[in-house]
Amino acid sequence: MTPFTYARATDTAVALREGAEAGAYYLGGGTNLVDLMREGIEQPARLVDVTDVSTSISDTAEGGLLIGAGVRNAALAADMRVRTHYPMLSRALLSGASPQIRNMATVGGNILQRTRCTYFYDAAAACNKRVPGSGCDAREGFNRIHAILGASPACVATHPSDMCVALSALDATVHVAGPAGERRVAMADFHRLPGDTPDRETELAEGELITGVELPPAGPGMRSTYRKARDRASYAFALVSLAARIDVAEDGTIRDVALALGGVAHRPWRATLAEAHLRGQHAGENAFRAAAQAELAAAVPLRDNGFKIALAERLIVAVLTDLAGEQA
Amino acid sequence: MSIMDIARTALRHVPDALVPGAKPSPMRGQHGQIGAPVSRLDGVLKVGGAARFVSEVPMEEMLYAALVHSTIAKGRIATLDTAAAEAAPGVALVMTHRNAPKMRAPQAFGQGSGVAGSNLPIMQDDAVHWNGEAIALVLADTQAQADHAAALVSVTYDASPATIDFDAARADAQHPKSILGEPPVLDIGDAEKALAAAPHKVDLRYTTPRHNHNAIEPHGATVRWDGDTLILHDATQMLNGTAATVADVFGLKPEQVRVLSPFVGGGFGGKGLWSHQILAAAAAKLSGRPVRLSLTREAVYRLVGGRTLTEQRVGLGADADGRLTALIHTGVTSMTSHNNCPEQFTFPARHLYAAGSFHLEQHIAEMDMLANTFMRAPGESIGTFALECAIDELAERLGIDPIELRRRNEPTEDPTSGNAFSSRHLLKAYADGAKRFGWERRNATPSSRREGEWLIGMGVATATYPYYRMPGAAARIEMDASGHATVAIAGQEMGMGTATVQAQHAADRLGLPLEAVTFEYGDSALPAGVMAGGSAQTTSILAAVAAASDELIGAFVKLAGNDSPIAGRRADELVARDGGLARADEPSAHESYASILARAGRSSLTVETAAPKPVETMKYSMHSYGAQFAEVGVNAVTGEVRVRRFLGSFDCGRILNPKTATSQFRGGIIMGIGLALMEETLFDPRTGRVMNPSLAEYHVPVHLDVPEIDVIWTDIPDPHTPLGAHGIGEIGITGTAAAIANAIHNATGRRLRDLPMTLDKLL
Repeated sequence: MTPFTYARATDTAVALREGAEAGAYYLGGGTNLVDLMREGIEQPARLVDVTDVSTSISDTAEGGLLIGAGVRNAALAADMRVRTHYPMLSRALLSGASPQIRNMATVGGNILQRTRCTYFYDAAAACNKRVPGSGCDAREGFNRIHAILGASPACVATHPSDMCVALSALDATVHVAGPAGERRVAMADFHRLPGDTPDRETELAEGELITGVELPPAGPGMRSTYRKARDRASYAFALVSLAARIDVAEDGTIRDVALALGGVAHRPWRATLAEAHLRGQHAGENAFRAAAQAELAAAVPLRDNGFKIALAERLIVAVLTDLAGEQA
Repeated sequence: MSIMDIARTALRHVPDALVPGAKPSPMRGQHGQIGAPVSRLDGVLKVGGAARFVSEVPMEEMLYAALVHSTIAKGRIATLDTAAAEAAPGVALVMTHRNAPKMRAPQAFGQGSGVAGSNLPIMQDDAVHWNGEAIALVLADTQAQADHAAALVSVTYDASPATIDFDAARADAQHPKSILGEPPVLDIGDAEKALAAAPHKVDLRYTTPRHNHNAIEPHGATVRWDGDTLILHDATQMLNGTAATVADVFGLKPEQVRVLSPFVGGGFGGKGLWSHQILAAAAAKLSGRPVRLSLTREAVYRLVGGRTLTEQRVGLGADADGRLTALIHTGVTSMTSHNNCPEQFTFPARHLYAAGSFHLEQHIAEMDMLANTFMRAPGESIGTFALECAIDELAERLGIDPIELRRRNEPTEDPTSGNAFSSRHLLKAYADGAKRFGWERRNATPSSRREGEWLIGMGVATATYPYYRMPGAAARIEMDASGHATVAIAGQEMGMGTATVQAQHAADRLGLPLEAVTFEYGDSALPAGVMAGGSAQTTSILAAVAAASDELIGAFVKLAGNDSPIAGRRADELVARDGGLARADEPSAHESYASILARAGRSSLTVETAAPKPVETMKYSMHSYGAQFAEVGVNAVTGEVRVRRFLGSFDCGRILNPKTATSQFRGGIIMGIGLALMEETLFDPRTGRVMNPSLAEYHVPVHLDVPEIDVIWTDIPDPHTPLGAHGIGEIGITGTAAAIANAIHNATGRRLRDLPMTLDKLL
């Protein structure tokens, strides 16, 4: 690990001032960044610990929740308001990592966690995300865990978060503070597709800090869940996951639906094509399958990950069938 | 015919009584320690954090080491710039091939008395032999300083063409010279012809991937030189072999290297002699200071070999009654030119089934890679996967229950060597296991049981592992004036209960309570032990302790003289009990060891005795057996597999300690679940580099993957082994993957023949 200095921020202003220094990184629970530092993948000159900056979960005037960026994953999953009104989010959090990691990991850090691509983690490999312009060893290498949607010739990595998939399906908004003031970015737009610049992973500008995530009010009538398929029963990243919520009228018409896939793209993949396909349709397996296929028509398999297309379709059909069945 | 074959043939005709070491020496006292579920004596130390592992041994003025690993598979170092590292804070020196002490290449396992994982020279020139080899070592005042400086070493290479693609390497596959002393080709009759003519047959191909060792304790070495003597604190399964091999590397006598390893945080075959111990000793020599080299998890993947991959063929031909007319098991593994671990996957087929003809053959494909090595039941683990899945497929084709098919092919003598079995109760293990598991509830028609999204199935497979006992073990026993015995042998304790079980054994032998026995181990300066491998340490030490106990008792009889209540009786007319010796025919005629010593004016009595040679293994076909039962659920939506129930029913001779034995069996089964469902080293055929050197990306079972595991055993002593016992460290992993694969078939109708059985293969 390269030597670095450490500062602990007590509020947003201090964090932004410290974070403006050259080579400064914000530090959450350290469950990903410290690993990357140990591997020599990241070499911050200064760590600004922001875990004390915003640590509360508060009700918003609109009836939603504002979650501080410093809230630990375990605390968020256990919050009674989350469990009652946003069970999908609680399930997503609890399906990620291990209890020990969830006790440390923060909401802000979870959003900014890096891909699990093994070529990104190995300094001996070519990786455009780690060293722009160096190439991509994953494209023709081990890519079973890689992207089927939205990838580019430069990068086929996926975003590994479970929480972010749920936040995307919940239409969450990321609160950001920076030298130029505060702003809000929709979760669905916060992470970028790789394009030619896979090293730029989010819309966050230099020196900006995530201060929180806002959830809109949970709509009445919505049934929701999070389901994750993986290589072992716990402590494994998603091969494919699905955050889904659906509101079906008494006559079986789909009033509203939101779907986000994890493990398939460089960002949580909001399945807008499938959603558009479903709204106003009669809920049923055929409609769910057609919607899934519409979304996945653009999927491009790599050598090892073609199964993700079938897996994603199966998850969408099974989860929506369950949710619609519960509602009916 | 080899000399071994001739010896075996001759021994077959010799009565047991004339074969030294072929009969267990009888227990003199039965005080109930053997067979009791005694908790591990080291347990409290470990859970309380008081057990000191190799990377925790403190030393004055110690330097910390960090390694730089090669990033090419083969070639030469073109440029190597260590200036920035040398100038970094806290750095004492950087060792490379340019300044490393001159050392002989270590002798590899199977070569002379060597036990090294590879016989490549270590940091002696600019050649690179595998991707990940250590090419520089940094010594600094702290670990953080060493790690940082290691990142500042800059290297370029002249790469040369490397054989790193198995598909290319296998084109030149050869027979190994031998497979642990057995021939690589074994033919009885014309199995290919018999297979072609068989009315019922299967002829199938199986593949298994590379695996890496992931003991909870990463490897390490803490070393210092005391003049010309090397003190090597190690985490090892082979104390004496390490001392001898390292001594040879540095041109020393074996007694000039003292290896200390009282606690080993898991071995499984991986805790042998690799480059890191030798690098640490070299760096300590170069710096003149003690050195600690603790491998990172990644470094364990780069420097310590694992299980090699296999591609196997199993062909089985049967008549209408299901009797095997042909048994073919062949295949190829990858190995290197600098080690000798051919992965004996055809061993189970040599004794499990009576077949009309056999064709067994192994090839090795040499590759430029880190030397592969032993990993829990090398060969048997993945060999039983192929063989026992094929048996299940044949049973299905014949319409015979798979347990019944095995019963019909149960041999009465070893089908390939012709030797008698020393102890074989596999059918009882099946019968007991089937009853307890509820095998009769299995529906032979696949996909016939469903609970919601889950397809449920049951599978069964045979477990087997050879009985070995290694020569060379000797035990010392010192009885002190208070009647406390200290038993000493250079044995290894990797957490399986060695010290506990041997203390139980010595207590019973000598008629002492458990607390009056201390078992000393983990130090190469003690009387010679054997390596903890081949599931052979327990019986090897048992034989040495038994021999030493006999000698000690004989010495006490002499010392007791004519004034003792036991006077006039030979040793075999006495029993050891209540802290001393008593007449077998008159138990009240007893004198304690303390009394005998006091009367003789002695403060202690010490003996040291070697175990008799393990000739029993030449006379008999000796194996442990088991029946593994699995119930799995396969998710119809995602293809995810979950093991719901597991039962291992074992036939491993007499069980010495049910508590530690259960843990051993369960641990093997859990490792087998990993082998079946998730473990796989990603070895990139473009670079020869392991791409998932991390417990996050290399999956082993977590708690939620492990169901209730029931373990039972026959507890029938083997009449030809010390105490009737067999080693049990490895058998648990054998048969497990096949039982799970067969259960997956029963659940879904799908046959998976490629490990690991991940969900994508079931979609």
